[in-house]
Amino acid sequence: MVIKKARDIRSSEITPKDVYVRRREFLQASAAAMLAAGFGALPGIAEAQQPRTKLKGPIKKSPFSTTEKVNLYEHVTSYNNFYEFGTAKDEPKVLARNFKTTPWTLEVEGEVAKPAKYGLEDFIKPFALEERIYRMRCVEAWSMVIPWVGIPLKDVVEKVQPTGKAQFVEFITLQDVGRMPYQRSNVLDWPYVEGLRLDEAKHPLALLAVGIYDEVLPPQNGAPIRLVVPWKYGFKGGKSIVKMRFVEKQPRNTWNVMAPHEYGFYANVNPNVDHPRWSQARERRLPDLLATTKTQMFNGYSEVASLYNGMDLRKNY
Amino acid sequence: MKPIAILKAAAFAAALVPAAALAYDFYTQNLTANPGDYITDQTGTWALTMLVITLTITPLRRLTKWNELIKLRRMLGLFAFFYATLHMLTWVVFVHFFDVSFMVEDVVKRPFITVGMATFLILFALALTSNRFALRKLGKRWQTLHRLVYAAAIGAVIHFWWLVKADITLPRRWAVAVAILLGFRVWWSWRVGARPATAARAVRRA
Repeated sequence: MVIKKARDIRSSEITPKDVYVRRREFLQASAAAMLAAGFGALPGIAEAQQPRTKLKGPIKKSPFSTTEKVNLYEHVTSYNNFYEFGTAKDEPKVLARNFKTTPWTLEVEGEVAKPAKYGLEDFIKPFALEERIYRMRCVEAWSMVIPWVGIPLKDVVEKVQPTGKAQFVEFITLQDVGRMPYQRSNVLDWPYVEGLRLDEAKHPLALLAVGIYDEVLPPQNGAPIRLVVPWKYGFKGGKSIVKMRFVEKQPRNTWNVMAPHEYGFYANVNPNVDHPRWSQARERRLPDLLATTKTQMFNGYSEVASLYNGMDLRKNY
Repeated sequence: MKPIAILKAAAFAAALVPAAALAYDFYTQNLTANPGDYITDQTGTWALTMLVITLTITPLRRLTKWNELIKLRRMLGLFAFFYATLHMLTWVVFVHFFDVSFMVEDVVKRPFITVGMATFLILFALALTSNRFALRKLGKRWQTLHRLVYAAAIGAVIHFWWLVKADITLPRRWAVAVAILLGFRVWWSWRVGARPATAARAVRRA
């Protein structure tokens, strides 16, 4: 198969959006017909990815990185929960392939000494890029090990100087139905928003990622900049962030609004508190078949435990 | 070979295609980053698909008056059971690796698993009694028992509906399919009941 670069492809060559969005349903609908006719052939789909680009500049190693086996690039970039680009895990890779992330503006506002709008490059420039190889535990009970590259959120928070009133940081992600096709659906309440308590945001483990595997973050993984909070379930990591707002009161977060009994604000990885529909005691370390890896409290990042001293983590799930 | 025999052989081969495709993709390591979930999803989807196809036989037979279609029904129902068994085994092996206490907890605590297990047990009972011996032994009760397939279809859709996180597009589509197929039966029996003479003639003709 010839893999073309995105810019070589005429729009007329691209499979219409609705066709591949509905591919699965189409296959199922045609199953009965296939059965009757005895055919086994499935229609192929055209796939072309954005070219992969190395990140510029030096990338520091970090003592926070795990030495566990890193997942394949292919797996990390083809198995994504990014509902703006489809609710099936293989859809974001396809539907986000032409997602344009330049120019990108990131706004810092609210209770800070220096509210400002930045171009993404200017926003990142003052900080040194670091590699952070983290475990990522999805609330759906699977996990991966991903070599993120990014800037510590802590450094960003210090630079923008929150006022005394700031207690939380809200992360607001892109809302643009023209670029994010599934925002046409009402599956979630758009834009996707997430939040951290200020002390969580200042923890050295929290990261704003701009890359993986020393390369520019692919669209399906949350380009151009996303949140990574390794001791929390993956859905806390808002993707394609356009705004950080420092606020006094606990902000809303999308999945909590969607299903408050299933997804909390804190969403710390916790093997003792089950999701109502599945156990969180164990996980499937992809690409393992067996889902029998024991889940660790705070996803094994026990250094964050002191942030939650005296809190009932059953109530604050 | 009679047309129905050809159709049956073709349907048998076609119904094995999903299993063969899964086995091939497994062998070539082409089952996504999460092969366990993929196999679970695929076998579940095909169990439901086969169940729904099985339920189309009677409406098709009534509408086309091609009564020999009935000869496909048991085979298709057994394929539904076959895929449901694979589906259930992915849960036993991949998710719980035979840990009985975890499985019991799952069935008791989580409604979508409870419904899924009940659905599987219905299909199991129907598969066990799908042979001529059981048919003869059970007599009139056989048909009553096998009407449980309607409950299985509803259970399978509920199982699907309750497990999705947010996007109910697919389970909703299956719910519509099952509603139409069950609705047909209600309509048909009403029609037969309302016009007994005509219906009786139709049945005799068929």
